[in-house]
Amino acid sequence: MSTFLGIPRKHAAQEESPLRGTLPFPKAARKELANGQLRRNLAHATSVIRTKRAQVVDEMPDWEALRDAGAATKTQVMSNLPALLEQFEANVIARGGVVHWATDAQEANRIVTDLVRAQGVDEVIKVKSMATQEIGLNEYLEDNGIAAVETDLAELIVQLGHDKPSHILVPAIHRNRTEVRDIFLAEMADAPADLTDEPRRLAMAAREHLRRKFLRSKVAISGTNFGIAETGTIGVVESEGNGRMCVTLPDTLITVMGIEKILPTFTDLEVFLQLLPRSSTGERMNPYTSLWTGVTPGDGPQNFHLILLDNGRTNALADQVGRAALHCIRCSACLNVCPVYERTGGHAYGSVYPGPIGAVLTPQLTGMHGHGDVNSTLPYASSLCGACYDVCPVKIPIPDLLVELRGRAVDADRGRTIPGGWDAAMKAASWIMSNPTRFAAVEKGLAAGRLVAGKDQKIKHLPFPGSAWTHSKDMPAPPKQTFRQWWKQTHPDTDQPGGPA
Amino acid sequence: MSSRDAVLNRIRAALAADTAPPPPIPRDYIRVGDNPPGSPPVLELMVDRLIDYKAVVREVTPDQLADAIDDALTGSRSVVIAQDLDPDLAAAAARSNRTVTIDGNPAVLTPAELDSIDAVITTAKVGIALSGTITLDGGPGQGRRAITLVPDFHLIVLHADQIVQTVPEAIARLDPLRPLTMIAGPSATSDIELERVEGVHGPRTLYVLIVG
Ligand code: SF4
Repeated sequence: MSTFLGIPRKHAAQEESPLRGTLPFPKAARKELANGQLRRNLAHATSVIRTKRAQVVDEMPDWEALRDAGAATKTQVMSNLPALLEQFEANVIARGGVVHWATDAQEANRIVTDLVRAQGVDEVIKVKSMATQEIGLNEYLEDNGIAAVETDLAELIVQLGHDKPSHILVPAIHRNRTEVRDIFLAEMADAPADLTDEPRRLAMAAREHLRRKFLRSKVAISGTNFGIAETGTIGVVESEGNGRMCVTLPDTLITVMGIEKILPTFTDLEVFLQLLPRSSTGERMNPYTSLWTGVTPGDGPQNFHLILLDNGRTNALADQVGRAALHCIRCSACLNVCPVYERTGGHAYGSVYPGPIGAVLTPQLTGMHGHGDVNSTLPYASSLCGACYDVCPVKIPIPDLLVELRGRAVDADRGRTIPGGWDAAMKAASWIMSNPTRFAAVEKGLAAGRLVAGKDQKIKHLPFPGSAWTHSKDMPAPPKQTFRQWWKQTHPDTDQPGGPA
Repeated sequence: MSSRDAVLNRIRAALAADTAPPPPIPRDYIRVGDNPPGSPPVLELMVDRLIDYKAVVREVTPDQLADAIDDALTGSRSVVIAQDLDPDLAAAAARSNRTVTIDGNPAVLTPAELDSIDAVITTAKVGIALSGTITLDGGPGQGRRAITLVPDFHLIVLHADQIVQTVPEAIARLDPLRPLTMIAGPSATSDIELERVEGVHGPRTLYVLIVG
């Protein structure tokens, strides 16, 4: 895809944002693939979470029914969004909260900054939040003389390491213990001099470092996992207790919430509080869940501000692919099962939303502007193996969405004067695949491909239009037999795979 | 136009092409467990899940409760309680020369004051066996959220009949307008090489006494 000779078009929407990278995925991935440490850390981490998730999901006899309920709830939410948001807003206000609306990152950042300034402080504590990462809030606050302290251990590691998160759930997954110790010793003024790289010691050093900040902070900033329209209740799901510290101890709490995080009723929590922890950390329940509604006199923050964030979500909503992607509850299960993510890591995607869902969501939130645009490469960052769909707690058909986006990337290129190789290859493929006789004929011919392949059974250079494919990846030599041929041979009584046995 | 109207208008425009109403939400997942609240299988499951989450659990009879509280608090010199905690529980906490501080009587404690107290003892609203979760709702004996957050040791007294089997049964017992804290084991992190470390910012020990 990166071979197109035309001049990359620059669009207004392509300005810098934590939601978009600067390198096309294949280029960024190649860089990350060279990092052996990253690959080892990722392989270990993703396999551990995968196993834990599978265990706790297997013990749920009603898991599929819960997924169906979760998916249907999200579909209802999207189609009913204006009424639900208005109901939610009214309930938050009725319970003493203040509600702000932000059309984009800039507006949300400005509202937060003004609110912090009004409290007369220059340091705030933060609980990990994808929404605030998406708008680049920490950087914006810093430019305005306000230090935002990340209190989630992994986010703290990323922040102190002047680094970027590489996973939605475990942002420092790309770091090992020795790297973490070195970061703490270099950047955390009160780190014990004899700090070892034992995870417990590192966690306790972070506890000490942050405790003073928790106890004296006047303002905290959080995201949300859910906002309940019926009651105005907000939920934050976490493990370390830093979330409870942030949403409970300071006088002022500022919460940034994407408009898609709404659930209609309090009862809906019975579904999502089962789907989320098991899919996310592979636990039956995360250690802490905080739910609050507006302001409770005498308990917790007495100033509560909620910012409802659009930032591209309404664009996504208008589109079938985008709308499906907005169902995401950010559990990160799809990242942990993705063979592409496991090898390239989160940084290759160039967005705060990496992995399979990131490859769908990022182009939807910030647009896909044809060949010159890095976002057009994201839908190809997938083997389409389907593992992401199988684990998704709200049944987002990620592979289908990626295929659709690939089609659009190709369509976007149709306007060009010279047809791209990819375009021609796709057209040829669809002509062949749309007719069983043609497809069978090609399958028979496939064995010839083995002759083109080298000793390692990989086809490295196909003639045009196949070159569009082999330019970016080796093509495995076709097997001796096709699946259909094998099926016929081993199941002589049936017509085709999937038929009655 | 206000940003509020702008966002709502954009949403309405985005949805304008939709005509068919979305399908209803299927609710054929398990809502009520096979076993009633507080029944032996439910308690057994709860204990198993809590231990799996590294909480300390003991099942006691009402007669054994006071001794069990004193015993659980062995390592603590000071304890904070809510004003409306059952006097019998407060008396048990005060045994062995422990200092008991009442939050809000005469004054509400600052975070720094709470930080100097070793332990907190509270009741709870509901326990969920299937997920090993205990929910606090600020009801009688539970106090403000801060008192169960800052001290390093949290002792919860839960009655057997407060423990239900499933998440939906628990949600049905909760009042959404109260500040709710759901707790499953002590705080924990797995951020460094996925190795679980118990006790980061909340209490490092969760001790549960199930009275039945
Ligand atoms: S797309 Fe599904 S699996 Fe992936 S993070 Fe979102 S909810 Fe989880």
